[in-house]
Amino acid sequence: MSGRFVSFDLGAALKDSFLASLVALGLAVLILGMKTQSGAGQGLDLVTRWGAVGIAMAVVFAGRFALRLYWSYRAGRLPQPGAAARTVGGLREWLARQLRFFVPAVVGLAFVLPFLPFSDRYIIDLGILVLTYVMLGWGLNVVVGLAGLLDLGYVAFYAVGAYSFALLAIHFEMSFWLALPLSGILAAFWGVLLGFPVLRLRGDYLAIVTLAFGEIVRIVLLNWYQFTGGPNGLSGIPRPSFFGLPFSPNDDVMSFSKFFGLEFDPMHRIIYLYYLILLLALATNYVTLRLRRLPIGRAWEALREDEIACKSLGINVRNTKLTAFAIGASFGGLAGCFFATRQGFISPESFSFIESATILAIVVLGGLGSQLGVAVAAFVLIGVFEVFREISQYRLLAFGAAMVLIMIWRPRGLVGERKPSIALGKARAISADMVAEGKG
Amino acid sequence: MEYFTQQLINGVTLGSVYGLIAVGYTMVYGIIGMINFAHGDIFMVGAFTSLISILALGTMGVASVPLVLILTLVVTASLTSLYGWTTERVAYRPLRGSFRLAPLITAIGISIVLQNMVQVTQGARVKPMQPMVTGGYTLMEANDFAVRVSNIQIVIVLVTLVSLLGFWYLITHTTLGRAQRACEQDMKMASLLGVNTDRTISITFILGAALAAVAGLMFLLYYGVIDFFIGFVVGVKAFTAAVLGGIGSLPGAVLGGLMIGLIETFWSAYFSIEYKDVAAFSILILVLIFRPSGLLGRPEIEKV
Repeated sequence: MSGRFVSFDLGAALKDSFLASLVALGLAVLILGMKTQSGAGQGLDLVTRWGAVGIAMAVVFAGRFALRLYWSYRAGRLPQPGAAARTVGGLREWLARQLRFFVPAVVGLAFVLPFLPFSDRYIIDLGILVLTYVMLGWGLNVVVGLAGLLDLGYVAFYAVGAYSFALLAIHFEMSFWLALPLSGILAAFWGVLLGFPVLRLRGDYLAIVTLAFGEIVRIVLLNWYQFTGGPNGLSGIPRPSFFGLPFSPNDDVMSFSKFFGLEFDPMHRIIYLYYLILLLALATNYVTLRLRRLPIGRAWEALREDEIACKSLGINVRNTKLTAFAIGASFGGLAGCFFATRQGFISPESFSFIESATILAIVVLGGLGSQLGVAVAAFVLIGVFEVFREISQYRLLAFGAAMVLIMIWRPRGLVGERKPSIALGKARAISADMVAEGKG
Repeated sequence: MEYFTQQLINGVTLGSVYGLIAVGYTMVYGIIGMINFAHGDIFMVGAFTSLISILALGTMGVASVPLVLILTLVVTASLTSLYGWTTERVAYRPLRGSFRLAPLITAIGISIVLQNMVQVTQGARVKPMQPMVTGGYTLMEANDFAVRVSNIQIVIVLVTLVSLLGFWYLITHTTLGRAQRACEQDMKMASLLGVNTDRTISITFILGAALAAVAGLMFLLYYGVIDFFIGFVVGVKAFTAAVLGGIGSLPGAVLGGLMIGLIETFWSAYFSIEYKDVAAFSILILVLIFRPSGLLGRPEIEKV
């Protein structure tokens, strides 16, 4: 059926848009309309900006009107819900078939990215950033997406990993490759430490306790000057070396460039870091995918769907939850270790709640439990918004708005479908809307 | 003993502010079962509208302090309620009936939007304000230490009491309150019996935001300094208070708010000021280990 505007009531739409602009007036009149500034004396002065309020009202009016137009257009285009569902289903199946080529293509692209002609330092740095969040998202996906335990303090494990490496490297001169597994193990211990008290908690109680845990870790890092350097953080964290060969222009030592007979180039280290995080992220993905097929992984997913059913089937809920926390945390710790060596400097500022919220948003926007969705969401949220760095003032504003809009557009996430890890015959993916989720 | 009394007074003042915000969290949780993460930032918006309104009234030439405060209270409560209403309308209503993490993410998104909107429009610097309510009474004096209760502390506790009493009356004695409680118990049944559930939920958000605005004004008057980031810390603590008291329970929220305020004040006074948040959060974790549904909350009975 062609797109006809059926039953578009111009008067009602105008009235509705007018009301919306009145709401905008109310919202904007003080916060946007008057700016507080430090005045000549001690107090604050007010500067009025009525023009901005007018613009905001006009934008809201136009936006609301466009939305009404779109709604009536959509109502005219879709003949009946049943047929619509079928076409969407067909499209989805077609996309699912293309997915077979999509994933290897993206992984292949990721592997050759540093050698593509347009890749400069900025692109590779951006790639490192996106991959770090992909890895963190995959790590949190174990806890939230698979085991269904809402964790709002994931950044604490990232911090534990980063500080573990920094302290081990500074005080004991431990190399990156030795400290990497240690960071993961230490973070896993912290995961268990968090897991124990919250075993009996569910849903939002769990959320607030994990949030509190994350804040406690950050506050301790901020205030324990002797150990963590407090707000000044730790600097002088050694840069990574290529299996013992440092990236250095100094010809006296056996450096990476000398060993391979190359001209020294600072890009070598960046490219090395890029491959490091790419491999770490892929390892996270591989381990998670394999774990899902083990009894423990299936227990996680069962726990997410229904805790009582799990108990009655004899699954040890305590161990299942603790392993989920420990494994999720250890991935966070590994990512933190990488973060520390990449930055060379860490401070508690990097581990605030907004990081936890970003990682959780990546997992939920991607679609709980979907490895591909998490990667896509990390790319969209981190990569695309990094591009807007020039208007950094509005960047977070747009970030928050995008979180709201994507969620309203696709409440189940970008890849919101469930495929059973194990099935009799052919495994069929179903839309996540069909799955009732427990209140873990 | 004198020192203790002084800290008790300070703690109750702080606890009142937390209690006012915690009521907003607990009401929203009770009625639609979601953490309204943006509530702390609604409080922050309330503090900012209060500040701007006080300054604007000052430039208009309203000199009498009580009049300024009452007008500001009205202005900030109505404008902040509009923020609460809009938030629900834009970010939560489209997701009603969706799975439970979706509104949590939009709430975090709205929180980021509100914070950065205020940062962009009002600047990132802290906003100091001249103290408006000064003076106070000396209650007792011993060993060179005077226990003082300042006028602003009296105002805060009184305003909190009046707001909570009014709110309690609204919930228990009006048709609106009955509809609100009905939706809290069983949304579907309430809607079958003719309660306009959408409207009731909107009103819940409006009431919660109005109480948060009152808290914002009180915070501004008490501390005299605000910035765009205050919503996060205060919001997390108020939510902690709501959970501590038992989420969904209104008296629990007030009790939890008072407890968090007292814990924080006493910890800062007797131990270390840096770790006061750690103390509040640790007590939350301890309480939840032994009483997973909070102090006054009903234990959730799970049926298969």
